[in-house]
Amino acid sequence: MIQMQHFLMMSAVIFVLGIYTVVTRKNVLGILLGTELVLNAAALNIVIFGFYGNQTIESSIYALFVIVLAAAEAAVALAVGLTLYQNFKTIDTTETRELKG
Amino acid sequence: MHFFLENIWVIPLAPLIGFLINGLGCFLRLPYVKSRKFVHFVACTAIFVAFVFAVGVFFDLLGMDPAHRSFTKTLYPWISIGSLEANVAFLADPLSAVMMLIITGVGFLIHVYSIGYMHEDPGFARFFTYLNLFCFAMLLLVMGDNIFMLFIGWEGVGLCSYLLIGFWYEHKPNAVAGMKAFIVNRIGDFAFLIGLFLLFWFLYQQGHPTVAFSGIQENVHLLEGAKVGGISLLALVGILLFIGATGKSAQIPLYVWLPDAMAGPTPVSALIHAATMVTAGIYMIGRLNFVYSLAPEALVVVATVGALTALFAATIGFAQNDIKKVLAYSTVSQLGYMFLGMGTGAYTAGIFHLMTHAFFKACLFLGSGSVILGMHHEQDMRRMGGLKKYMPVTYMTFLLATIAIAGIFPFAGFFSKDEILWKTFESGGHQYWYYVLWGMGVLGAMGTAFYMFRAVAMTFFGKLGERAHEIAPNEVEEDEHGPHQHEHHTPHESPKSMTFALVVLAILSVVGGLVGIPYALGHFFHIPNFFEEWLAPVFAGAHGEGHGAHHDVPVIEYMLMVFSVAIALATSALAVYIYTKRKDLPARFVTRFPRLHRLVHEKYYVDEIYQVLVVNNLLRINQLLALFDQKVVDGFVNFAGTVVRFSSKVAGFTDNRWVDGFVNLVGNSISFAGASLRKAQTGLVQNYLYIAVAGVIALMIWRLL
Repeated sequence: MIQMQHFLMMSAVIFVLGIYTVVTRKNVLGILLGTELVLNAAALNIVIFGFYGNQTIESSIYALFVIVLAAAEAAVALAVGLTLYQNFKTIDTTETRELKG
Repeated sequence: MHFFLENIWVIPLAPLIGFLINGLGCFLRLPYVKSRKFVHFVACTAIFVAFVFAVGVFFDLLGMDPAHRSFTKTLYPWISIGSLEANVAFLADPLSAVMMLIITGVGFLIHVYSIGYMHEDPGFARFFTYLNLFCFAMLLLVMGDNIFMLFIGWEGVGLCSYLLIGFWYEHKPNAVAGMKAFIVNRIGDFAFLIGLFLLFWFLYQQGHPTVAFSGIQENVHLLEGAKVGGISLLALVGILLFIGATGKSAQIPLYVWLPDAMAGPTPVSALIHAATMVTAGIYMIGRLNFVYSLAPEALVVVATVGALTALFAATIGFAQNDIKKVLAYSTVSQLGYMFLGMGTGAYTAGIFHLMTHAFFKACLFLGSGSVILGMHHEQDMRRMGGLKKYMPVTYMTFLLATIAIAGIFPFAGFFSKDEILWKTFESGGHQYWYYVLWGMGVLGAMGTAFYMFRAVAMTFFGKLGERAHEIAPNEVEEDEHGPHQHEHHTPHESPKSMTFALVVLAILSVVGGLVGIPYALGHFFHIPNFFEEWLAPVFAGAHGEGHGAHHDVPVIEYMLMVFSVAIALATSALAVYIYTKRKDLPARFVTRFPRLHRLVHEKYYVDEIYQVLVVNNLLRINQLLALFDQKVVDGFVNFAGTVVRFSSKVAGFTDNRWVDGFVNLVGNSISFAGASLRKAQTGLVQNYLYIAVAGVIALMIWRLL
């Protein structure tokens, strides 16, 4: 019987994989992919708690919001990456360290 | 009920508004001041409104019970410090009503006259601005119900006098004359202020601190017997105030500014330096008659100075050739008569002469202005002559005013001057000194008749320019417009606006005296002395007045009247005879007594004596003080400067080494800390995320444990 903690473990694994991707990747697109994973893990968590909790529709709506937000975020982040490329001719984050204090 | 009394504030306000409109226009160069019609319309309307209200006030007062003809309109409290209370309040009583009527009435005529006289002048608007301001200040002076208001007006008219004497300031002597008038007046004002302070201080000590005239009148008897340094306080106050009056009203020894004041435009000479402002001193004594009545010593001083001035100035008039200078000395002399009257305790007679003098002297001055304009700015009488033919209206009015000033029956001057002389003679019964003063007065009256008819004869009789050869080539006198080429023009009569004022003033000079017919003459026809009855409530307490029942007229009064008219007629005839038929006589006199003539012609060298005694010494003291300043005061200042410089050097050293060191230490340590910490900012986003994740993990571990 698949229980709630199995789902939660799955979402935790996805979350950790996402964080790992963000931290280790030098490529901006890779970091973007990692954040998508983190967002989806969070959305999965919300749906899980909604399903095993009070069974209302609210959690599904939150999940939908998260997906929409992720899409918007992806659009903005791709635009940022594109501008980054135009300015530095690279999207490697170790090369673009202009904010260093 | 009493509409005009309740709205008495309109009287000074109207000229003030006129002043503001024209003055702002001049100041801001608004376009409307270019329109002469607008400017003189505003100025004349302002003063005319004031005149209408003054007449209204007069009739309102006439409708009241004679014993209570006094009305105070308080607008608002002005100064209230400790026990001192001064209000902006206007006092309407018979005395101030007379003054208001003179100022606004004669003032209005002179405004109208100025339209013609000044019409070519570029400073037209400025002239009317000053004129309105003067009327405002003068009205404040006579209408104020306390000494402060009087003093404000007193200074205000002094300012306007200064501005108007120096009206043509581009020409330096005019500006100098203005300054002279102002400075001489300041000397008088200094004594005047001390007198005021003394009076107030002693009233304060008596527990009645007041500056209002009514309050002083009620409490002044408390000061009787008080002494300051062995001198009666009231006499001292009276004399100090009188010194102020000698400045404003041009008496010995401070009269020297008035002849120089003739540098101003002629309407100004008529209004300020003949009819109104110079009478401020007489008004002040009349207003404070209750003080003077308690100080007979001060009255003797006033009478003596008045009589001396009357005689002294009259003699200077003999040898002057500038028509305005003759009138100026005549004014000084007539003011002397007023003070003689005041000093005799005959306040009514003094104020009466003030009024009639305002009429005929304004008329004479305006007439001389008309002559000057007709002669194309010529003031030397030796270049005139025969103007009767060219300027008939000016001639007639000038002649009538001259007869009035000479004191010939029944013209205005006769009644007022004769009353003063009679009261002086009457006082001789108590104090023989007054007989001497009377003698001086009679001599002065003879002199008046002589020099005035001399002026008439030289100006209007004979032929034009017949005396021009008498002018020595080296004495080119500068008139109000500065030196200029004398070209030959035909004299012409002046415009209507000028002759209108002349005619009205001439009529007043003729009939103006009839309001004050003395009892000695009036009782034959049962005509009362309106003027004396009118002023009686104001001077009720004064000695020599108010004894209402003169039933027995001493024969000697008639004798004196006949005597004075006779000598006036005789000297007048003599003057006309000498200056028309025996023109050689004056010249022979001059060659016979050259020194005497020179002495009189040079005005007894009083200006020069003042220059040597006062002005030069003052300048010397100034130089001494300057030296003191440079050596001693500057030495102290420099020493103080050195000390401060040294101490600041010490302070600077401490600052640089100690205070700055500490401040720098704080700053350096902070920048050191910043330099160390900035290494944490790598610019790699992942590094930050590492730290965030590490923190989360640490938190989780801490929670789990």
